[in-house]
Amino acid sequence: MNADGPLQKITLAHGSGGKAMDDLIRDVFIRAFGPHSAALHTTGLNSITLEDQARLDLAALQQQGNRLAFTTDCYVVHPLFFPGGDIGKLAVTGTVNDLAVGGAKPLYLSCGFILEEGLPIDTLKKVVCSMQQTAEAAGVSIVTGDTKVVPKGSCDKLFINTAGVGVIAAGVNISAAAAQPGDAILINGYLGDHGAAVLDARGELALHNTIESDCQPLGDLVQAMLAACPDIHCLRDVTRGGLAGVLNEFAQASDCCIEIEETRLPIRTEVRGMCEILGLDPLYLANEGKLACVAPAHAAEKLLQVMQSHPAGRHSAIIGRVKATSEVVARTVSKPRVLMTTGFGSQRMIDRLVGEPLPRIC
Amino acid sequence: MKYIDEFRDPDSARKLVKQIHHLTDRVLARRSAAGNPMPLQIMEFCGGHTHTIFRYGIEQLLPEGIELVHGPGCPVCVLPRERVDDAIALAKHPQVIFTTFGDAMRVPGSQQSLLQAKADGADIRMVYSPLDGLTLAQQNPDREVIFFALGFETTMPSTALTLLQAHKAGITNFTLFCHHVTTVPTLDLILNEPGLALDGLLAPGHVSMVIGEAPFQFVARQYHKPLVISGFEPLDILQSLTMLLLQLQAGRREVENQYQRVVQKQGNRPGQQAIATVFDCHDPHRVRIRADWAHYDAERKFSVTDAAADTALNFDKPAFNSPTDCRCEDVLKGLVRPWQCRHFGELCTPQTPLGALMVSSEGACAAYYQYSDVQALKIKQEQSFKQKPTPDVVT
Repeated sequence: MNADGPLQKITLAHGSGGKAMDDLIRDVFIRAFGPHSAALHTTGLNSITLEDQARLDLAALQQQGNRLAFTTDCYVVHPLFFPGGDIGKLAVTGTVNDLAVGGAKPLYLSCGFILEEGLPIDTLKKVVCSMQQTAEAAGVSIVTGDTKVVPKGSCDKLFINTAGVGVIAAGVNISAAAAQPGDAILINGYLGDHGAAVLDARGELALHNTIESDCQPLGDLVQAMLAACPDIHCLRDVTRGGLAGVLNEFAQASDCCIEIEETRLPIRTEVRGMCEILGLDPLYLANEGKLACVAPAHAAEKLLQVMQSHPAGRHSAIIGRVKATSEVVARTVSKPRVLMTTGFGSQRMIDRLVGEPLPRIC
Repeated sequence: MKYIDEFRDPDSARKLVKQIHHLTDRVLARRSAAGNPMPLQIMEFCGGHTHTIFRYGIEQLLPEGIELVHGPGCPVCVLPRERVDDAIALAKHPQVIFTTFGDAMRVPGSQQSLLQAKADGADIRMVYSPLDGLTLAQQNPDREVIFFALGFETTMPSTALTLLQAHKAGITNFTLFCHHVTTVPTLDLILNEPGLALDGLLAPGHVSMVIGEAPFQFVARQYHKPLVISGFEPLDILQSLTMLLLQLQAGRREVENQYQRVVQKQGNRPGQQAIATVFDCHDPHRVRIRADWAHYDAERKFSVTDAAADTALNFDKPAFNSPTDCRCEDVLKGLVRPWQCRHFGELCTPQTPLGALMVSSEGACAAYYQYSDVQALKIKQEQSFKQKPTPDVVT
């Protein structure tokens, strides 16, 4: 069976290990990832031999650093395609960013697909093509993978898992527990775009706006930031749970308080408007191309300039600073917390997200 | 952002806060001279106001002489367990698609919440408007679509108009599970509460937009308390408090409208008309769908046991009955603060709410939990226990 043609759909045969599966691997995956695949013996599409694993040159890795970073993540999103991205782009950037914020240079990815019987093969091709384009842009290679097909109704169209390896250069020591009183907090741009774009793309709100997901790889930005300030203390990609989640992690792991200023938070007017209508808080909306950084105060301005001159950080901002818990008014705080000075002039606590963010009734 | 930032302006806030401090001092000095040393107790009835007060940290800007009492005006906070049980019973019917606003999904029933029933396989869907429910009914002619109609007069017109639209379009597989509540009887219950000595009230802006100013007159005439209809932005709240204090200072007891940019004196006549057409509000404690529309009433169509009928709006019967020393009732009535309940922040959190007040961000307990340091509040609680015991647990 040939996987070409607009009406072709995934069947259980594509996961059964026979000819249909070989065709699918050749026509979809090898065609996209093939030239980069370390699992290939030859690059010719008609005469390939696949091994069961990618084989990576250790010496080449060792030249780039002294530690291997290894991470994995699963991707499920509805709808599969949304303004600014799709599940494939997400599956590459998500894992690349998990590596990047540990200070690693992301190098290789694996990909695992769970496909629902009946999924149009064209849809799969679009997703895979998007993965390859994103991988190229991020400077990583997709080198190994796996596919399973499940009966219709057992999954929602398409789930992806990617795992990634990267190398951490000697001397880079980033940890959520490394924030110090006096440090500056930086982020690399507008908050909440991804969460708002996906919510809107579901079409249930009948809103008309132009919000696009911020889905983007951060590996290059992080390397530029490390070059400007090798002593970055904490770095995290801001994803589910939003900025509130990441800052709370920093505060608890580092045993200190974090104070941010609402007026310094970069939030698009459209996203703010959507949050106002639905009773949501941009601090809890998901992002897919944002990082939060804690760096020594003396390096903050220089770091900000470097970030703002990078395409992935044009709207970067210094949004607050780290304080010793004892510095914060004891009346309101008994342990490490995140506090925000509102644009209104008061201060409130920012807790982690609890449960699903549900819109309010009225 | 236009029409929002103007109402969150810190400079205007500072001026109002200064005036509030000044007025409070004067009102309290007079009270104190008359032998009453108690702080001023002002209730914001509406959960939307509670949300604003916490989100913008308004309490910390106010003088210590003002205590804000957070009222019961949040649609999910007045949702008894039995009503959730009935909703789940309906939703589990294999023929039914049960549609609801998002924040009703987490309210605990006696066994589970709608969210848990959904995980068990019930077809429960979150919608943003009753019209979404109607659209689902049109898209699924072989299923019965039920919309969980809840809320005060703010949401009643949209429910009513949806029903009328269903009727006009001849849609027969759409019904309402009605748990609307009216404001005036709820306010009346609060004002009759023996342990509560309120000095003034902030009245709900969006409810007033529908019902107008007149229904609140009884608060001034019968109970001799000043009332200000307030908007929902932080400056609205501060200005409304200032208006209340000016009344208290002058010894006036009137209904005033701070939210004039939205609320007209007579309310919204078409909205009132829609409510009157669809709902029977004669029983002050229970809004029902009028008999003419029985075929759009899920309870009549599917004969729900209606265990909650008597507890729909009766604070004397515990709506949240497990565990027995929950203080939801007292918090709802403004008799105790959320953190004075022993379960607050311990057994009862937004993840595992024991009562509806911990569910919505408009509920007093959830607001305190989300925007305050629970441990710091508990310490405050221990100190307050040492000073004066809180009222006895109502069982």
